[in-house]
Amino acid sequence: MIHTLSVLLEDKPGALVRVCQLFARRGFNIESLAVGPTEREGVSCVTLRVNCDQQPLEQIEKQMHKLVNVLRVRELEPGESVERELALITIAAPPERRAELMALTDVFNARVVDIGPDTLVFEIVGEPEEVDSFEELVRPHGIRELVRAGRIGLRRPSRRTTPRLQRVLS
Amino acid sequence: MTGADAVLRSLEAEGVEVVFGLPGGAILPIYDALARGSTLRHVLARHEQGAGHMAEGYARASGSVGVAFATSGPGATNLVTPIADAWMDSTPLVCVTGQVRSHLIGTDAFQECDIVGLTTPIVKHSWLVQDVEEIPHVLKAAFHVARTGRCGPVLVDIPRDLQEAELDFRYPDEVDLPGWRPPTRGHPRQIAEAARRIADAERPVLYVGGGTLNADACAELLELAEAGRLPVVTTLMAKSAFPETHELHFGWPGMHGPKWSNLAMNTCDLLVAVGARFDDRVTGKLAAFAPGASVVHLDIDAAEISKLRRADVPVVGPLKQVLGDLAAQLRALSPSDTGPWLRQLEAWRDEFPLRYGDGGPLKPQRVLETLSDLTAGRDDVIWTTGVGQHQMWAMQYLRCDVPRTFITSGGLGTMGYGIPAAIGAKAARPEATVVCVDGDGCFQMTGQELATAVLEDLPIVTVVVNNGYLGMVQQWQTMFFEERHSHVHLTHAVPDYAAIARAYGGESWTVSEEDELEAALAEALACGRTAVVDARVDPLEQCFPMIPAGAAALDMVEYEAPAEDEQQGQTLGSVPQVTAR
Repeated sequence: MIHTLSVLLEDKPGALVRVCQLFARRGFNIESLAVGPTEREGVSCVTLRVNCDQQPLEQIEKQMHKLVNVLRVRELEPGESVERELALITIAAPPERRAELMALTDVFNARVVDIGPDTLVFEIVGEPEEVDSFEELVRPHGIRELVRAGRIGLRRPSRRTTPRLQRVLS
Repeated sequence: MTGADAVLRSLEAEGVEVVFGLPGGAILPIYDALARGSTLRHVLARHEQGAGHMAEGYARASGSVGVAFATSGPGATNLVTPIADAWMDSTPLVCVTGQVRSHLIGTDAFQECDIVGLTTPIVKHSWLVQDVEEIPHVLKAAFHVARTGRCGPVLVDIPRDLQEAELDFRYPDEVDLPGWRPPTRGHPRQIAEAARRIADAERPVLYVGGGTLNADACAELLELAEAGRLPVVTTLMAKSAFPETHELHFGWPGMHGPKWSNLAMNTCDLLVAVGARFDDRVTGKLAAFAPGASVVHLDIDAAEISKLRRADVPVVGPLKQVLGDLAAQLRALSPSDTGPWLRQLEAWRDEFPLRYGDGGPLKPQRVLETLSDLTAGRDDVIWTTGVGQHQMWAMQYLRCDVPRTFITSGGLGTMGYGIPAAIGAKAARPEATVVCVDGDGCFQMTGQELATAVLEDLPIVTVVVNNGYLGMVQQWQTMFFEERHSHVHLTHAVPDYAAIARAYGGESWTVSEEDELEAALAEALACGRTAVVDARVDPLEQCFPMIPAGAAALDMVEYEAPAEDEQQGQTLGSVPQVTAR
């Protein structure tokens, strides 16, 4: 099962490596990883997606809590968090196909950010599933290049849950 | 002052008395600062691995943080084994390594090595110092992290230019580690539930691990055991945490534990794990381990809870407080009578004693029994061991009643640990008689540290249980690989261990007959100098009982006396063959 974890990290050299290494050690592939600053200076947020069972995940969460640079670990449960992802996609677009492709942008809240002689670069921001759908839809036109930023997420303040770890620690 | 001076002033401020190390280019300024004056005693090892194990032995014997110095590159990589060892056995260790100058980092400079990167998975934390002003803060944090929560190793890597740079030194009073919050108290509700479970159990067992020693909680453990009349089984790492001549002590669990100890663990109805981690060498096949038991797990490290065996009642907190509270609550509960259970355990102990063969060459078990007899009742003897058959016999036959008197490499199983660990223990407890029970294979890995023992006036006694083999490997080859002995024969005679001891300026004895044994060991123990007893023992004696790796604990292989007509033959005839798993 795929889990999304949100990890608050002191912005110190090597801190990210220490987190990633815990996953690598157990042979878990990190499917997506996004790192960036937060509202607090010197604190980064790592959002990572990993495919593993519940029990080893809990083990890794507890191991992460033991890392000196880790301030908080939280699992973002589906339905209880807001998740977004950004993708940039270069699509083959000869002039006669452009109108058709541009029409998709309205439906998906995507934008055209660059136009070449026979390509368009789209930017799409949305729920990861929307980005997936957009990607599938434009695929038949010919994707020349695609990058996704990795999803980021926040827990919805409207839904409060008790982290499993709190239960273990208490 | 310079960064190098700041390192020493920081260690002094932490109350460090002894450091173990070996100098080299990238740590020269720190060694120069040592030469200019410090209250620290520096013990010069002959190999950085030795320095690291000495620091471990020091930490285990004293309960303080061990400190090791090494230079960059190969000096630092030689520390990797002790760091990994300290990680597996939760030994508090601060390693200070020199690094190449800041501007050379990343250029493949001479003796450059990314030691922070290399050791990331085996340290609690590490620092590559980037500014000379950081030095006191980093060292303050390093000691704090090493000894709080679950103990373990940390590494501080300091580029040479920062050792030479100037700073205004002030040792901080506080650490600034917002992400480091080890538990400070066990939850009262969980402790109450644990007490209730223990009080209700008919067949409880305290399964005690090395965390108890690290937590300095041995007195509280004794209180708890006596409050509930609870039988105690101590792991290899916890040997000496509970007095072994106490009527409630029932041996050591696991692969080479006596049958009665494993019966206690596996037939109990409540297993109280105390700073123990359900290691595979203890449990055997996990799915078959203690099938009828519910589990109370007491540990400072939340990550150990339900890692391998689900805990019914977890208590996360410092064991000293947790065990103390638990004992008090248990007393108030009037626990059930464990008398019948204790009598059952005693009956098993009588029924399944440790056994080995008579006659033929000197038996290694006899060496350990003699050592135990010669030191019976003494509370000033500290044992260290290498890793292998001799280590298991030491576990089985030595009796330790006082905490921190049995120091061994458990988790990593580091051959060669014994001699340097003994030197470190001697530095911590100069008044104690420190004895390393070593194997001939182990001796050849770190034996050069005898020079350190002699020249630093840290006399230790090394008893080489010399079977001329990498004995434990030989045993596995005998039992699981149809007796094909592949590259395990070291020979009794090469090297001549007694001659080596003399070459280093120590005393030595060589014995191969039982009637010479006691006198040689007694003289070595009494001589007050660095001494080596080369005890040449039966080359193919096997260590029993044994739970084959991956087998259920109670499917152990036991010693079988050879049939009458085989008595004169070799020991091998009595070794059961086991299908490899």
